[in-house]
Amino acid sequence: MGDFFFFLEVVVGGLLSGVMYTLVALGFVLIFKASGVFNFAQGAMVLFAALTFVGFLEFGLPMWAAFLLALAAMLVLAVAIERTVLRPLVGQDHMILFMATIGLSIFLEGFAQLIWGTKVRGLDLGISDEPIEIGGILISQFDLSAALMAAVLVAVLSAFFSYTKVGRALRAVADDTQAAQVAGVPLGFIWAVVWGAAGFIALVAGLVWGARLGVQFALTLVALKALPVMILGGFNSIAGAIVAGLVIGVSEKLAEIYLGPFVGGGIENWFPYALAIAVLLIRPAGLFGAARIARV
Amino acid sequence: MSGQDPLLSVAGIEVMYGRLALVLRGLTLSVPKGGIVALLGANGAGKTTTMKAIANLLRSERGEVTKGAIHYDGARIDGLDPSDLARRGLSLVMEGRHAFPTLSVEDNLKVGAYSRSDGAVAQSLERVYSIFPRLKERRNQPAGLLSGGEQQMCVIGRALMARPRMILLDEPSMGLAPLLVEEIFSIMQQLNAEAGVTFLLAEQNAAVALRYATYGYLVEGGRVVREGPARALAADPEIRASYLGLDASAEADEASLAARRRPRWLS
Repeated sequence: MGDFFFFLEVVVGGLLSGVMYTLVALGFVLIFKASGVFNFAQGAMVLFAALTFVGFLEFGLPMWAAFLLALAAMLVLAVAIERTVLRPLVGQDHMILFMATIGLSIFLEGFAQLIWGTKVRGLDLGISDEPIEIGGILISQFDLSAALMAAVLVAVLSAFFSYTKVGRALRAVADDTQAAQVAGVPLGFIWAVVWGAAGFIALVAGLVWGARLGVQFALTLVALKALPVMILGGFNSIAGAIVAGLVIGVSEKLAEIYLGPFVGGGIENWFPYALAIAVLLIRPAGLFGAARIARV
Repeated sequence: MSGQDPLLSVAGIEVMYGRLALVLRGLTLSVPKGGIVALLGANGAGKTTTMKAIANLLRSERGEVTKGAIHYDGARIDGLDPSDLARRGLSLVMEGRHAFPTLSVEDNLKVGAYSRSDGAVAQSLERVYSIFPRLKERRNQPAGLLSGGEQQMCVIGRALMARPRMILLDEPSMGLAPLLVEEIFSIMQQLNAEAGVTFLLAEQNAAVALRYATYGYLVEGGRVVREGPARALAADPEIRASYLGLDASAEADEASLAARRRPRWLS
């Protein structure tokens, strides 16, 4: 019986950490869906957002004000990216846009640290990391809060996509860009909205991950955690990102606990990538992805 | 077409793709207010490129208007953002099936009203449904699941949602059963007669197009090689032979016709 509860604990812990992966993957998927571009700069945006938030906190602003200002900064950044990077490259090959996002990520990493400095900062969101007991199993309060935040974020985003005029136009652009333009949808504005939404996701991810790891350069690396999630879920499926994030979270924890002892532990760090390779071999489009995707 | 103010005029445009391929070589045409003008020609003649040049879509395909000018409603429109044209009342119905496949039929139509800020979108929706009752039956289905004809109706309906004064209709008959083609063309005629919508119609199927159009241009090798009132074009022996397939000696003429046409391609 104890074993079973332990198993449950591992699964729930895995689900909750999976939510954190989903959070990062969502930013990628959103931009890929709308413009077919793999945004290499998503990790840099997470760092930029977290640094900006912490920077405003250090000015002595309350948390909500810092959040709103950081969000505003991400929206301004989105518009700037559309104007200076995306617009001049309209009609270029996806590979060229991908390379532009590599440049963008290098710029953002430098720019963020130029403004806010390079020292590692702690981030206390005021959420205790004490585990609480629910139904006989121990759950981290912090993970639970992060999961709730992610759930709210996903709900807000999907409501936006489903029920608003701009959300509808955004889905139209994802389906058929030229036809959407012809129907009167201004592409530049839509891209700014998409990058703004990705910036919003980066901010939430930056807060959650920043509180976990400290706000520092290593935050850009959480983007790497999103890669297996996207490969598993498909590059253009939001539902895929959610499910795959959870699957990866659970499977890496289970693998660590139950397979780890046989190979000396440390599985958690590479297991998702092994899983991703297996998926690429068996079902290259991912679980939910469209079959035809140009990989980068 | 003289005497009337053109709603759309294309003056001597050249279009290059990727700085290498010259696809249009000084194409000129004009469409009068309230007219239905047909743009005829074989595959690769430059009809679709003309449509995309007018709609400003070439840039996203690495194409470019390198010479000439395009005027709509008295203003120069080449160089505008493609989405501006819908706001000005000029809509393109692209060649092929360009409904948004994952959006429901109703969402497809609503996207068509994106540029509008008036409160009458619901009325326009009802009007489109009254023109295409089949769309109403399928309003909640993803457009990707519709038949080819229904998708074409969906796209035309979407163009109507912008309340256009002019519609560029690119190859609406492609891949549709003859009865459906007639239905779509008669809807075009009805919109023209009742709502005063002006049409520029690119069509390979010259026989049908010339029955509905008032005026026609024949495009070959990226330029207009013949123009005239639709009736005159339909009676023209060369057009009858090569585009309508009505001449008994058409097959015999085919070789000599091709030989006569070749120099134009090379020039």
